[in-house]
Amino acid sequence: MEKIVYEQLQEQLYYEKMPNSLDVYILPKKAFNKTYATFTTKYGSVDNQFVPRGKTEMKRVPDGIAHFLEHKLFEKEDGDVFQQFSKQGASANAFTSFTRTAYLFSSTANVEKNLETLIDFVQTPYFSDQTVEKEKGIIGQEIRMYDDNPDWRLYFGLIESMYHNHPVKIDIAGTVESIADITKELLYECYETFYHPSNMLLFIVGPVDERAIMEQIRNNQIKKTFPEASAIQRFVYNEPEEVAKKKHIIPMHVQTSKCLIGVKAQNVRQKGKEKLKHELVMNVLLDYLFGKSSPHYERLYQLGLIDETFAYDYTEEEQFGFALVGGDTSDPERLAEEMKQIILSFDDSVLTNEDLERVKKKKIGAFLRSLNSPEYIANQFTRYAFHEMSLFDVVPMLESITADDIAEVANECFNERQLAVCQVVPKEERK
Amino acid sequence: MIRENITTMQGFRTHLLQTDKYKTNTLVLKMKAPLSKETVTLRALLPYVWQSGTSNYPSMKALRTYLDELYGATLNVDLAKKGEYHIITIRLDIANEKFLKEQPALLDKAIELLSEIVFHPALENGRFVNQIVEQEKRTLKQRIQSVYDDKMRYANLRLIEEMCKNEPYALHVNGQLEDVERITPDRLFAYYEKALQEDEIDLYIIGDIDETSTLEIVESYFQMPKRSARAQKKRHVQQKVMTNVREVVEKQDVKQGKLNIGYRTHITYDDDNYYALQVFNGIFGGFSHSKLFINVREKASLAYYAASRLESHKGLLMVMSGIEPANYKKAVQIIHDQMKAMKQGDFTDEEMVQTKAVIRNQLLETLDTPRGLVEVLYHNIVSERKRPIDEWLARTDEVSREDVVRVANQIELDTIYFLTGMEEAK
Repeated sequence: MEKIVYEQLQEQLYYEKMPNSLDVYILPKKAFNKTYATFTTKYGSVDNQFVPRGKTEMKRVPDGIAHFLEHKLFEKEDGDVFQQFSKQGASANAFTSFTRTAYLFSSTANVEKNLETLIDFVQTPYFSDQTVEKEKGIIGQEIRMYDDNPDWRLYFGLIESMYHNHPVKIDIAGTVESIADITKELLYECYETFYHPSNMLLFIVGPVDERAIMEQIRNNQIKKTFPEASAIQRFVYNEPEEVAKKKHIIPMHVQTSKCLIGVKAQNVRQKGKEKLKHELVMNVLLDYLFGKSSPHYERLYQLGLIDETFAYDYTEEEQFGFALVGGDTSDPERLAEEMKQIILSFDDSVLTNEDLERVKKKKIGAFLRSLNSPEYIANQFTRYAFHEMSLFDVVPMLESITADDIAEVANECFNERQLAVCQVVPKEERK
Repeated sequence: MIRENITTMQGFRTHLLQTDKYKTNTLVLKMKAPLSKETVTLRALLPYVWQSGTSNYPSMKALRTYLDELYGATLNVDLAKKGEYHIITIRLDIANEKFLKEQPALLDKAIELLSEIVFHPALENGRFVNQIVEQEKRTLKQRIQSVYDDKMRYANLRLIEEMCKNEPYALHVNGQLEDVERITPDRLFAYYEKALQEDEIDLYIIGDIDETSTLEIVESYFQMPKRSARAQKKRHVQQKVMTNVREVVEKQDVKQGKLNIGYRTHITYDDDNYYALQVFNGIFGGFSHSKLFINVREKASLAYYAASRLESHKGLLMVMSGIEPANYKKAVQIIHDQMKAMKQGDFTDEEMVQTKAVIRNQLLETLDTPRGLVEVLYHNIVSERKRPIDEWLARTDEVSREDVVRVANQIELDTIYFLTGMEEAK
């Protein structure tokens, strides 16, 4: 067991790679009541074409299958694992993103038992024809719920506009039609391919004894047998630099219009410190342009074009990166035009050192705040680790960012052909 | 378990919660007044005007720039209904300098800034700045309207509107659209002065703080106007005399139907039966092992979500679920069956044990976040009944099956609300 100390943050992290290649991290947080653990596989909605374990040919699987598998893993021959967790006083959950599926619990008692339950249920799949069919009704309602949510429609409408080929443009849950094709055999095939310990990471944060917990995990893993670890071959999509569609309008039954502009990033770094820097630079840049203390924010707010829902965000994974900016608006056309101008007319020579230092300070404070949250630590640490970066390098990396770094990213990304706009507008009433 | 150091000061109380859990320090100011038609919209606007400028930082940009310089301190405001009270909350969260390379005195600056936001807002001619008020009026209108576009929230709001007609609780937390236009800087300023006189005010400070010096800092900056000695009288929530169960169906262009059902529990936070009600809700619909989740979702496959929650200060129980419009009758029947089972004591000892364990866990987890901690402690202020955390835990453990059944039989169905698609109109 390796110990890593972060002096400035006053945190100590423990790490061990199990003989079966599973990565385990423990961050003791003595003052907390709760222990939070995530067991994550590097497998998400974008992994829809791959070579199944033991096979040689690429295979295309139905959209939404990673999310479907997440739902189904909770069900066992003798019942539902949620029940088991709540008997042990824990609350359990799971989520599927573009690139990860995470299973988690939090509890203030019976931590060892809950941890055992978490590891065992994720490592013991049980799928049957009957339960697979039943799940289609539940997930169908989940999809319907999102269909009626204008913010979700706007978000996916924009991603769909930005990408030609990459499956990031497909809704994580799939569609009612695509999930109809899911079978128990397909679920097993995805499971065998992506739930190998060598593709997973276990993170525990809370008032735990790191030695005892590591020992428990070691003993648990040694009892199980897995095939030899082998690299997973995922299909690499060829994605043009420019967006697929410059503008997309979705009429819905809403009272307030919504408008988002998207920036499709180029030269997304695959991993390591380079990647960490790239995404932090983009975040600093967005903050500088659109943060509440920026001149642009003040102007747009005074013009009545934006309100408190106005937000910006940058998402970056291995093969794609995109920034989103926007919110509710009284005039989606005008807001789209204004945001486009702000992005395209960005001039790095006017960026003062004072501005840059202020944004960096803000980011450092925000990072400290996020460390109040065990959920944030576990989920983000895992995301960073899957890209060979470290969550705890964020502050030194932020401090190192220069105006030249900002200029470089802006030059790569702030071009007209990389911009797309999506709007939700009130539907004409039918008589 | 939690040491809450409460000090009564001139016109308000300070609650200090010393802990080394966090990397930031959190300030939360709460102002409480009765919910009423006359003031609800003024109150909904006031904190948003505050956060748009102070005497030293007279614009949103100036104030936000200063917050950035304070290592990205966050400032946010919101409103809540707790029973028939309307609560204004302002939160300011700031880095604890001990984790920074430089060590500026951030907590002192945060307390100063919070006091400035509330006591020294940006003014022109002795009242609020017209441009700020007009801007925030526009945003408030959008905030009121936005609920319409979020069907889950909308359905919940409509249920409360129908169920609590003619009770203050039916008022919307963000005020009434038709009142916004009439607000002027003068009227708002007059209300502001009244609120500082009459609201019950509580300041919470959570973090790795030195209690003595923190109190001194608070005392030096929080200069409340002299207040009339009159204490707020406790307000008892209105209890409706039940007549017939109402069924309200509304049609809109939606794909998923939203089914929301409201019941009267006749039990509020200060009631001795409160713990039994919590256990009831846990078995009935509060969790993923509850009857609603198991029967509506897992067994019948009708919904993705099916749950219940309590409004503790008003005595309401609300069920919510998203279903296929055609499954309306089926879903209502299953929910009725679960309520009937509860009333008949048709639940196992294991469900009791499980539910208590999960409630205990949920409470302890809530205390792990500064925000959750304040919300839990603030129940004591709203209800004027002090319930220490230890008592909470112990009394929940003592709840018996008979208690739960007794509570179940007190619960009355009030209104069934269903938001459904246009196709059903045929």
